[in-house]
Amino acid sequence: MVNIGVNIKDLKLKNPILTASGTFGYGYEYSDFFDISQLGGIIVKATTAEPREGNPYPRIAETPMGMINAVGLQNKGINYFVSDIYNKIKNIDTNIIANVSGSTVEACVEVARRMNELDKIAAIELNISCPNVKEGGMAFGTSVREAYRITASVRNACNKTLLVKLSPNVTDIAEIAMAVESAGADAISLVNTFLAMAIDVEKRKPVLSTVTGGLSGPAIKPIALRMVWQVYKAVRIPIVGLGGIMSVTDVVEFLLAGATAVQIGTANFINPKISFQLIQELQEFMDAHGVKDVHELIGGLR
Amino acid sequence: MKSIRKLTIADKINVEDNYFILKCFSAEALPEMFPGQFASIKVENNPNVFLRRPFSIHDYCPETNEVSFLIKIVGKGTCSLSKLSVNQQIDVILPLGNGFNLNKSGKALIIGGGCGIAPIFFLAKKLKSMNADFDILIGGRSCHDLLCYKELSGLSHLYCTTEDGSEGTKGYVTNHNCLIDNNIDYKRIYCCGPENMLKAVAKHAKERDIFCEVSLENHMACGIGVCLCCVTETIHGNECVCSQGPVFNIKDLKW
Repeated sequence: MVNIGVNIKDLKLKNPILTASGTFGYGYEYSDFFDISQLGGIIVKATTAEPREGNPYPRIAETPMGMINAVGLQNKGINYFVSDIYNKIKNIDTNIIANVSGSTVEACVEVARRMNELDKIAAIELNISCPNVKEGGMAFGTSVREAYRITASVRNACNKTLLVKLSPNVTDIAEIAMAVESAGADAISLVNTFLAMAIDVEKRKPVLSTVTGGLSGPAIKPIALRMVWQVYKAVRIPIVGLGGIMSVTDVVEFLLAGATAVQIGTANFINPKISFQLIQELQEFMDAHGVKDVHELIGGLR
Repeated sequence: MKSIRKLTIADKINVEDNYFILKCFSAEALPEMFPGQFASIKVENNPNVFLRRPFSIHDYCPETNEVSFLIKIVGKGTCSLSKLSVNQQIDVILPLGNGFNLNKSGKALIIGGGCGIAPIFFLAKKLKSMNADFDILIGGRSCHDLLCYKELSGLSHLYCTTEDGSEGTKGYVTNHNCLIDNNIDYKRIYCCGPENMLKAVAKHAKERDIFCEVSLENHMACGIGVCLCCVTETIHGNECVCSQGPVFNIKDLKW
């Protein structure tokens, strides 16, 4: 029997497989496919202070080994989350992690404060990396000063484990990571999507209504992996790695590069059972390679 | 309940130049499916195709555990699927979305245009099994786009229109007498086809206050309402075509 449990500060994960915000709804959408309580955790769709309609259609472009989305944080706002969604998810027997987003520091603080009051929200992931909103979002995650400022403010508003999800659209990911670490983040999620674009050559127009969007899927995996490795060398807090993970080899690569846990994102669209299968496959990998404890893999790059 | 299945291709039937029907067999019992629902098929062995592709349930036979998809070759995904052969397996998630609201009261008109004829066949079969009173109207660019003409004509009274006049009434479905003649009293209209056609039919139904449901098609990633990519504007805000549709009552749409 191998040990696959990991901790991220006070957050105890029964295994290092989480599902990424925006790719797994609120969890229950996947309950037809498998027992979602088997997951290490579920990071639910981003919540903002006010309801958001998101961007106009078209919001998606398929690209080689990936996709670009321009959803734009569509959600019904924190009041609806507290009054309606929370009741549907609070009894799921795994860590439910809220993803907090907003266009101002004050709005993010408000959402984090409200989430902090909810017993069954195990942790908060502050999203400072959405490329699809005009204000806030990625703007926070691409400046050392702003990343520090928003992290410190949200840190003051909540005592739950705080993950900060970083944007890869920066020159030096390590300096942003160090900034959020010094501002009090308990962990770093990386990476969010890469700013990207697709063009319809027949129409000579952008495919997406917003022109640009966020690229995800296996196309970004090698870059995401490189960034996890760079940040692992720069900070002491745990890293939750994500970006195009499709297989158990991908999971192990992220762990070896320094991630304590991983998030499965776009792969959920292709195979709704993938996150569940990866939990089994990680144990099989460990068995086959004589690894007794997953900590032997974390940062275990030779 | 939605599930991921491995289906075996029992038959592949070419329909006109650009269309084909994949008739698939399941070794295990298939879940119950309703007209208007869809499935998403994984396209294997093509590195340029990453996402699943959504297709209406064209036919469903619980007795034989068979389900069919009528597919138009429009891009790289459907082109790859068209190269599949009998006995190969496909990875399918089904059933997805919400179907048409079936009701026996009053006469119904089922309208299908082009590849929108795909769910119409299953719908007509189901209504016939319910002994409902209905007519079918199909339209296309030319007689080559009037798919499943023979099969549909066996289910009820079948009208058709073509833009080039090569079959039936010349023009669009909304030009057909069965929609123009005020003596024909349809209580319900079910429609699937290109958006312009749906909008024209919706306008017609709205003006006459006829119950009307349309099946929409948007680009999708997940098919289960989590990625929020396939949204359409409704009076309740942006809603996912995959999980809140693909069938919508026109009263809910901002048309």
